Amino acid sequence: MTMASGTEGGVPTTAPVGANIGAPAQTPPSPDKGMFGVKGTGDVSGFGRLVRPRPAVFDSPRPYGGYFDDVYDALEEAYPAVSEAIEKVVVDRAELTLHISAEHIAEVCQVMRDDESLRFELCSSVDAVDYLGSDERRFHVTYQLTSMTYRRRVRLEVAVADGVSVPSVTQVYPTADWQEREIYDMFGVVFPGHPNLTRILMPDDWEGHPQRKDYPLGGVPVEYKGAEIPPPDQRRVYQ
Amino acid sequence: MTTSEYASERETTEGRVFTVTGGDWDQLTANVDPLSNEKIVVNMGPQHPSTHGVLRLVLELEGETVTECRPVVGYLHTGIEKNLEYRNWTQGVTFVTRMDYLSNMSNETAYCLAVEKLLGITDDITERTNTIRVMFMELQRIASHLVWLATTGMELGAISMMLYGFREREYILDIFEETSGLRMNNGYVRPGGLAQDLPESAVKKIRDFLKMMPKRLKEYEAMLSGQVIWQQRTQGVAVLDVTGCLALGITGPVLRSAGLPWDLRKTMPYCGYENYEFDVPTATTADVWGRYLVRVAEIRESLKIVEQTLDRLKPGPIWVSDKKIAWPSQLALGLDGLGNSLEHVAKIMGQSMESLIHHFKLVTEGFRVPPGQVYVAVEHPRGELGVHAVSDGGTHPYRVHYREPSFVNLQAIPAMAEGALLADVIAGGASLDPVMGGCDR
Repeated sequence: MTMASGTEGGVPTTAPVGANIGAPAQTPPSPDKGMFGVKGTGDVSGFGRLVRPRPAVFDSPRPYGGYFDDVYDALEEAYPAVSEAIEKVVVDRAELTLHISAEHIAEVCQVMRDDESLRFELCSSVDAVDYLGSDERRFHVTYQLTSMTYRRRVRLEVAVADGVSVPSVTQVYPTADWQEREIYDMFGVVFPGHPNLTRILMPDDWEGHPQRKDYPLGGVPVEYKGAEIPPPDQRRVYQ
Repeated sequence: MTTSEYASERETTEGRVFTVTGGDWDQLTANVDPLSNEKIVVNMGPQHPSTHGVLRLVLELEGETVTECRPVVGYLHTGIEKNLEYRNWTQGVTFVTRMDYLSNMSNETAYCLAVEKLLGITDDITERTNTIRVMFMELQRIASHLVWLATTGMELGAISMMLYGFREREYILDIFEETSGLRMNNGYVRPGGLAQDLPESAVKKIRDFLKMMPKRLKEYEAMLSGQVIWQQRTQGVAVLDVTGCLALGITGPVLRSAGLPWDLRKTMPYCGYENYEFDVPTATTADVWGRYLVRVAEIRESLKIVEQTLDRLKPGPIWVSDKKIAWPSQLALGLDGLGNSLEHVAKIMGQSMESLIHHFKLVTEGFRVPPGQVYVAVEHPRGELGVHAVSDGGTHPYRVHYREPSFVNLQAIPAMAEGALLADVIAGGASLDPVMGGCDR
């Protein structure tokens, strides 16, 4: 018995005729109207470059329920400029999110920490999300505050466009120091008032901000049993 | 040639000979203040046996006193959060388990709790799954604290503690291996359930462990607590009070060693922790000694919880009833690790086309998660582990951020080290129990 041509040690060196190796990521888009009157790609498998629109986030109506009303009322009482500071109040999945305008965030944090009826002593976490393409102000910096006295949690969210800075809250919560450095490192958001805003996880001479949505993941294709597996960010994506 | 005051000269038959003597170095050094001028910068790490992985500390020293300390992190950054955005929600478990490799059960459970909260199925998680999750998180806490005891013992000169700590931890890793097929990086907790049910053989191993461990704990305490060197290296060292902890965001045993009984298992319970009886140990010394006492006491409390989970363990399903989320196949532990059970493969390949389609869609595509964001926190062996998960409605996470206690707690090193002795930097840093895999993610 002879081995098939183009085979070396059982691994085919040439692509077999008719096989579509590595094709899923490179399927050409269909014309506007295809067979059977299909519009668009006609793709029902879920990977035909469908774009999932991000639903807009709306204000939640009062009452918010639970302790959320108490927190909002207490903040309103303690911080007179609340109407211009708060852009939106969202209650979702039993979590309260206060959308704060960037210039007010440090003041709001100060009030949240110091007011007797709020007392958010612990800033649990500060991080950012890049909503590229769905929000003009693409970077949303979020602050997860914890009140140990009342056992409550609140999230503050600040949205800024690329190049717009967010006042640092390190004066109020020193723990935000490294976390703001991480946001600067990963997203390029600048925090004026931070004592030492340098990169923290990436090397000092790194170019770009890796957690941005337009920053590629990178990677190389991997050969496995004759087929080529594309790097993760070029594989098919189900939307 | 001029004669020098440093060298006397005499004439010989071969010519003039100079005898060089010590010179004026005595005068020179007399003018130097030995205390103020010995400032040196020492680079400790990133490759140093006592900095727990690849932590680098840049220390400015005057004599043996640290005047300035700057921690440098990031040497173990692997972009796990970025990678998660390119995998489906279930695959994420495989990544987050590799963050803090000493407490992967907590990492996995926190991630799954976040995904389940986004899906709105928190209340649908079965009783048995919650019990096993609690059991494994507590076993993991014991294992993590044992490694802390072991490494801190080694760093302060108690090498035998290192051997004992790792020996007992191996028992716990055996239990994990019996259940999930892997000692570490288990990928065991999955959104909506568990990869594999708890086998009877693992239950037996846990019972053996519960019998053995209290005796061993007494041995450690007999070895360390009364020992003068251990006391002097830990008592009054690296003090950080409640104010300092809260300002710097320090949680976990370090905060409790300062006297504040803040433990998320009690204050904001999850996975049914409100149904277990246990205490939150605290100390008042706020030093390394206090953290040692708290951690040893926490091992005892965790043993109590594991004991209760064994009593509560009733047979039942481990996956949520929603077939669009629950993993389609019962996995089976084969000779080469965890894989699809042969029965399941026989069914989807030979009997039911619908099962095959269902399996294929769920495994390759994954489930969709309604858009929104949540923040879920669990009590990790090192403090508050928070997961901020954002979904855009797709099958992949839009963004997952880990609030890692190692990362936040390491900010306390300058506060503990500056003004103290160099040797106490080792004890203080160790008392934070940082795991760099978690810190750098």
